[in-house]
Amino acid sequence: MGPYLAVLSARIRMLLQYRAAALAGMSTQLFWGLIRVMIFEAFYRTSTQAQPMTFAEVVNYVWLGQALFALLPWSPDNDIRAMVRNGTVAYELVRPIDLYTFWYSRSLANRIAPTLLRSVPLFCLAFLFFDLQAPASPAAAGAWALATVGALLMGGALSNLVNISMLWTIAGEGTIQMMAVCTYIFSGMVVPLPLFPDWAQPILNFMPFRGLVDTPFRLYMGHIPASQVLAVVGHQLLWTLALVGLGRFLLHRGSRRLVVQGG
Amino acid sequence: MLNALCLYGRYIDISFRSQMQYRASFVMLSVGHGLMTGLEFLAIWVLFDRFVSLDTWSLPEVALFYGIINIAFALCDACSRGFDLFAGMVKSGEFDRLLLRPRSTALQLAGQELTLKRIGRLSQGLAVLLWASHALQLTWTPEKLLLVLLTIVGGACLFYGLMILQATLAFWTTESLEIMNTVTYGGVETAQYPLVIYREWFRRFFTYVIPLACVSYFPALSILDRTDPLGSTRLFQWLAPLVGLLFFALCLRLWNFGVRHYRSTGS
Repeated sequence: MGPYLAVLSARIRMLLQYRAAALAGMSTQLFWGLIRVMIFEAFYRTSTQAQPMTFAEVVNYVWLGQALFALLPWSPDNDIRAMVRNGTVAYELVRPIDLYTFWYSRSLANRIAPTLLRSVPLFCLAFLFFDLQAPASPAAAGAWALATVGALLMGGALSNLVNISMLWTIAGEGTIQMMAVCTYIFSGMVVPLPLFPDWAQPILNFMPFRGLVDTPFRLYMGHIPASQVLAVVGHQLLWTLALVGLGRFLLHRGSRRLVVQGG
Repeated sequence: MLNALCLYGRYIDISFRSQMQYRASFVMLSVGHGLMTGLEFLAIWVLFDRFVSLDTWSLPEVALFYGIINIAFALCDACSRGFDLFAGMVKSGEFDRLLLRPRSTALQLAGQELTLKRIGRLSQGLAVLLWASHALQLTWTPEKLLLVLLTIVGGACLFYGLMILQATLAFWTTESLEIMNTVTYGGVETAQYPLVIYREWFRRFFTYVIPLACVSYFPALSILDRTDPLGSTRLFQWLAPLVGLLFFALCLRLWNFGVRHYRSTGS
């Protein structure tokens, strides 16, 4: 465990230095959140029938999404990407540690540090000025916190899968794009998942992505009762295990057939 | 002027041939890019499936807004790669090389690359626009066709202006300002819906500060033959896309101002 925790904390401390980038990202998120809220406001204004979520709940959902934006597995590890390209990935194979866990720790750090930097100020702003409400109850807050950890673990596994896929694709642009799109749409980041058509719900329920955004957020506002937290976290953990398993298998295969070019 | 155009043609030709060296990659990236932007439209469809209408606007009408702005942005995005890379050139001092050449810097940057994979977003936007026009049973008179082309060109110019502006700021900051993404990508997101649904301060911002509404909302009303709840006249709606061209010219002037104040970072 020791070396991996060291990697995790060193990486987090390094990434916490990028404060200007966080500030820029934050203002983008703020602007984006405002656009989304206004669009939903317009949709709800004329809608007469009852919707699966109230407007106030959607507003919460949007702001939570903006605050925790950096938690999602959007971006690959650019260092690993560069290493695969220029061949230094060979050094990674020589290290006397488990490569998957090593890269996984990096993935986790890549999610944690930017989220820490951006979420706190965004939470405050959204809470003070943009109608973000407090968690529905202390139990809901606890359930949300637990599910957020679950989301982090799964996000790390997803982005590590993208890292590993680069051993095949080298450039990785395609897989990066696919992961970003799936995350964006199927996690509930663009449209809250309860608003999707009813026939699509079983598919969305099955896929891993809802564990990143949808289920934790709904626990937060009590849209899913806190008593169901185990089902939510179970879904997240099962998928995390499956993704880690797949990642390990692919990494094993990939490192066997890896050809490092150059002299 | 003619010479500059010839040179630009040469640049594009080279860029085209170099990207065609990786044909499979080009095809996959274009398809991927198209799918990705296509899913954004899926999100709009989901909302209409749930809410039926947006105020008085129907899905095909919103699809028209969506198509126009996405085509315009794709055109700009394909041609503006050089300005996108510009901050890095300032940092590395590479920009000095461009200054030594006896041609305008803006032309050289514009000629850096014609990003062909953007055809993904372009064709996706076009498909949505065609679907919208079919669903709305629009009759395309020559005037309307002209207006839609003008709107798209105006929109592309506006976004190009924003790209130039972002690059210009790098003369002073040496750092690419991500904050401009709010008006480029955020602008595309905004203009996918009719402007009238937004709050007033926001409408003002995208009309008077960044004249995005002039290259989407106002002309689109004329195309849809709808009267404007905000009270603009038909004449204004027709002339509005020209604001995009003006904005571009203004940004280019700012760029030239920036170039005169450029101080190399040195090595």
